[in-house]
Amino acid sequence: MAITLSGDQAMPAPPLSSRLTPAQVWGIVLLAPYLLVFLAFVVYPVCYGLWLARAPANYVALYNDPIFARAAVNTLIFLVIGINVKMLIALFLSGFFAVQRTWIKWLSVIFILPWAVPSIPTILSVRFMLNPEWGVINHLIFSLTGDDGPNWLNDPTVALTMAIGVHIWKSLPFWTLILITGRLAIPHDLFEAAEVDGASWWQKFRYITWPSMQTLYITCTLLSMIWTLGDFNSVYLLTGGGPADLTHVLATLGIRYLRLDQLSLAMASIVCAMPFVLPLVYFMMKRLSR
Amino acid sequence: MKLPTLREVATEARLLLIGIPVFLWTMIPIYHMFLFAISPKEDAFSGKLWPDHPTLHNFEIVFKQQHYFLRDFYIQFWNSLVIAASVGVLTLFIATAAAFSISRLKVPGGRAVMNLALFTYFIPAAFLAVPMYRTMGNYGLLNNHWSLILAMVTIASPYAIWVLKQASDKLPVELDEAAVMDGATTLQIFRLVYLPLMMPSLVAIGTYAVLLAWNEYLYAFLLLSNDREITLPVALGNFLAADDSPWELLMTTGFIYALPPAAIYYAFRRYMVGGLTAGAVKS
Repeated sequence: MAITLSGDQAMPAPPLSSRLTPAQVWGIVLLAPYLLVFLAFVVYPVCYGLWLARAPANYVALYNDPIFARAAVNTLIFLVIGINVKMLIALFLSGFFAVQRTWIKWLSVIFILPWAVPSIPTILSVRFMLNPEWGVINHLIFSLTGDDGPNWLNDPTVALTMAIGVHIWKSLPFWTLILITGRLAIPHDLFEAAEVDGASWWQKFRYITWPSMQTLYITCTLLSMIWTLGDFNSVYLLTGGGPADLTHVLATLGIRYLRLDQLSLAMASIVCAMPFVLPLVYFMMKRLSR
Repeated sequence: MKLPTLREVATEARLLLIGIPVFLWTMIPIYHMFLFAISPKEDAFSGKLWPDHPTLHNFEIVFKQQHYFLRDFYIQFWNSLVIAASVGVLTLFIATAAAFSISRLKVPGGRAVMNLALFTYFIPAAFLAVPMYRTMGNYGLLNNHWSLILAMVTIASPYAIWVLKQASDKLPVELDEAAVMDGATTLQIFRLVYLPLMMPSLVAIGTYAVLLAWNEYLYAFLLLSNDREITLPVALGNFLAADDSPWELLMTTGFIYALPPAAIYYAFRRYMVGGLTAGAVKS
């Protein structure tokens, strides 16, 4: 009895490899490279960053920095106006591009360009168009009215509006493309039936298009919020955060602190955005796991 | 010939009323850049819609590196190229292996890994860049091309895995079963059955990763700083540092830099649009 017991206890657990089929071993081996990348370049930086942001002194410093308050307000304006305007235009244009015409097909090929080409040359091109002395816009204003045009990027409100415009210019094609896919997935006979019943344009949108695209539209809006929060290029390349650091958003502010070698302040400013980001992330993860 | 009815004319006019502003909105910044590239210095600032004397002189200056800002043009172009290509190859390797493991081998926890991977996209890009910069410093990779390559692979992979998994879920299970019956090993199935069938998606994902890396500004600007190590977009950003920036040369270089992604996009459009938006409707 005692012998059996001790024998039972001494029985080693079967080695891991014998419990797994060869296919499963290969599965782990093939998944390993990505897991390593994820641990080294996502998990570690995120944890390390949070650890850097732990000191309460950072938040006091942020609270006392007028640039931070301004950047937080700018970010909110950027998100609320930029994303809603962009998504509404995208929804509207997805209907336009769904119309069967040869020239519209060609236009859709051109329309994708802002998204396909890199941001830096095109944003700098816009920046130069807005140059008060040499830019083409003020040239036009001068030749039409004889007056000097405004110094566009020197006014924080105008400069931020222009940055929002650049952001929309760059990302509108992508969201339009996604919404076109959603719109094309609606069964066509629904529209034909509505046509027979004499439905108006608005009724077709209200009772067929919108109900089938609602979920996609809202998901896109939320995803676009997260991505727009991380949009560094539109503001940095157009205004550089100026004039007088009045057009910073959180994305450019974090990098500004980083360049000033205030890494913990940079991380703290990002942590301040978390109460806003986390609900979005939670919602998106829930949608994904369904 | 049948004359169009009034109603048809009205519909067409309304479509044009949308189409023309869309065309102008899309093309003006790009055309403005092109206009600068083909204008002589004096003409560039005159605000004309077409230069009086279009010229390729600016391109000549760029290609002969005849300006202070352009002295490392070729090496920077080469850096961009090597980094984009490496990101493409590495992403394809990592993502294909992961997708095969999750979708075909049904490795335990595979789906959880994929959802975790997609979590990367719920961190705003500029927010991840800050700790990433410090992390690369800790790994001793700052100012090394590997830092940018690995950062871009990190960003490209989750989407790549997701798209490839969707595509490989569509391949019938019977294929693998038949191959196993014939005595094929897992690696043989991967190489001889899986890879050939996945080709169209692999082309789409490879293109996607290459474009992503080629177009990247923020990470490149943070992680690389040495003049001979930086990529083209960082060099373009450096033009801004000077007050007397040669704008016509900046626009010319920018135009040259924007051409390859536009060309690649159009060459692979067939694969891209189908392959990359496939999952959009489902979600």
